[in-house]
Amino acid sequence: MTTLLDPREPRLAPEPESPREHQPKPKAGMVLAVTDTVVPALLVEHVTKRFVVGRRKKPVLAVNDVSLRIERGEVYGVLGANGGGKSTLIRLVSTLLTLDSGRVEVFGFDIERDEMAVKRLINRVSVDAAFFKKLSPLENLVYAARLYGVDAGHGRRDSIRILARLGIAEKRLSRPLEQMSRGMQQKVAIARALMTSPTLLLLDEPTTGLDPRSKLDVQTFIEEMRDDHDTTVLLTTHDLAEAERLCDRIGILNDGRLVTEGTPTELKAQVAREHGRPRTLESVFMSYTGRSLDEDAEADEDADDE
Amino acid sequence: MTVMTRELKASYAFVARNWHLTKRYWGWEAAFLVYAVAGALSITLIGKDQGDDRLLFYLMIGAIFWNYLSVLFQILAEQIAWERWEGTLEYTMMAPVRRVSQLLGSTFYAVVYGLVHTAVILVTLALFFGLDLSRADFATAGLFMLLGSLSFIGIGMMAAILPLIYVERGAQMTFVLQSLLLLISGVYYSIEVLPDWMQTLSRLSPATYVLDGVRRGLIDGAAPASQFHNVWPLVAMAVVLIPLGVWMFGRAERYAKRTGKLKRVG
Ligand SMILES: Nc1ncnc2c1ncn2[C@@H]1O[C@H](COP(=O)(O)OP(=O)(O)OP(=O)(O)O)[C@@H](O)[C@H]1O
Ligand SMILES: [Mg+2]
Repeated sequence: MTTLLDPREPRLAPEPESPREHQPKPKAGMVLAVTDTVVPALLVEHVTKRFVVGRRKKPVLAVNDVSLRIERGEVYGVLGANGGGKSTLIRLVSTLLTLDSGRVEVFGFDIERDEMAVKRLINRVSVDAAFFKKLSPLENLVYAARLYGVDAGHGRRDSIRILARLGIAEKRLSRPLEQMSRGMQQKVAIARALMTSPTLLLLDEPTTGLDPRSKLDVQTFIEEMRDDHDTTVLLTTHDLAEAERLCDRIGILNDGRLVTEGTPTELKAQVAREHGRPRTLESVFMSYTGRSLDEDAEADEDADDE
Repeated sequence: MTVMTRELKASYAFVARNWHLTKRYWGWEAAFLVYAVAGALSITLIGKDQGDDRLLFYLMIGAIFWNYLSVLFQILAEQIAWERWEGTLEYTMMAPVRRVSQLLGSTFYAVVYGLVHTAVILVTLALFFGLDLSRADFATAGLFMLLGSLSFIGIGMMAAILPLIYVERGAQMTFVLQSLLLLISGVYYSIEVLPDWMQTLSRLSPATYVLDGVRRGLIDGAAPASQFHNVWPLVAMAVVLIPLGVWMFGRAERYAKRTGKLKRVG
């Protein structure tokens, strides 16, 4: 990837302190042609996360030695079966879970050492629109804005604008959020994340539960964020058309392992070549994700490691 | 924006949020307030019934100050349980806000809320029993309220940790803790009536010193200066418990993030 920008200087997010990473700072106007000298938006290196689910049970290996690298402005999709580890991966990057092993960097900031700086650069939308349900959307959004150091007035204006784009009128925004439908709540959740202008946006099934038009609206919005603000996106979805439309690259997470990655075109060609399947993302999904009920049973029997 | 203003703004976010919640749940707020007033009133009436003015004051001070301290404790202790219940915990925890600022905001709100509660109860009782508040020793009452607040803030922060560590049991534990504080702190009786082992526990509760101090001041007219034995334990507890509470909160957060206890669904 080439860029004219210093990737460590997000244009929208509040100015972070300088990372301890000793990358040479590229001079303005200098074109960097070599990928490796550019700090990636997200660097995940050999990350593993286990959950202890019971004293006698074998821990669940939710994310297993995953490495990936996402460049600034890229939309990276993670696909995989239910329980594949997608949300866990997103939580790890969101600082909501600690790493068992490995390393994560966001624009050169180490997620553990520079946690506060990372937090300022990211935001996340999850499947469940979690809000104070009795408060109005505006009250919820202003609260979120303040937490991110965004001025209340600014936050209010921005969220009204974003929600108008997503088809929610301003007059709906003062009534308790619990009166909104699930899809509308999800849109408010999307506005909450976009309002803080994250440079790395973590989207965990953001469009699940939205009607087809709203889905398209959200997708258009994500594209605009990338095109106009150079926002980097890590997206999980079960909607393959959405993945195809939005993602520059896709990784498949199966049982916590990143089993393959590439551009949609590459992946489709790959399944056609290696598995003789039709050139669709569906074939890609089917080829790389398997059901693992039996494996689970076996794993319980020979629970001897750790 | 300097770090300081940013963090103060974030603290204010918690104040404003809690204020909005109070407004939206005003029905419950009113119900709780009525319950608190009725409770304080009915306990104080025992003194009237016995025709004993000293007992009346004794019970009244117990009712008012216990209400204040328990409200403070409850708001602080329940802040995590509440967010877990609403599902917003992950969003609050991933925001770029220092835990100290978060706790500061919640604490400020809890104190103001507690003071409003207390004022309503005090005024109601004064009117009901025809007390002349203009002669009350507000200095002593205020001093012990301040010292009591500080140490209860520490305890409240520690109690808030429980729901972070124990997803479901945590909130139940804070409730039990509050009940135990009520039992051992000599709220409506002198701690001397308790068995010896309970009296030992009483000395660990800041409420014991607050209530004793206020009673000596208001009923017996003892000056704060002569009450060093009640002042120093409160100061010591505040100095130890608040930093300890903040530190333990950080540890508990780390534990929750390691074991995946912040999440609710998805
Ligand atoms: N907090 C947690 N505690 C215990 N186990 C967990 C926790 N979070 C995730 N897991 C387990 O880790 C594995 C991966 O879960 P994860 O939520 O990451 O999957 P996912 O790919 O997001 O699935 P879905 O498509 O259903 O959203 C699952 O086996 C899940 O049960
Ligand atoms: Mg998920």
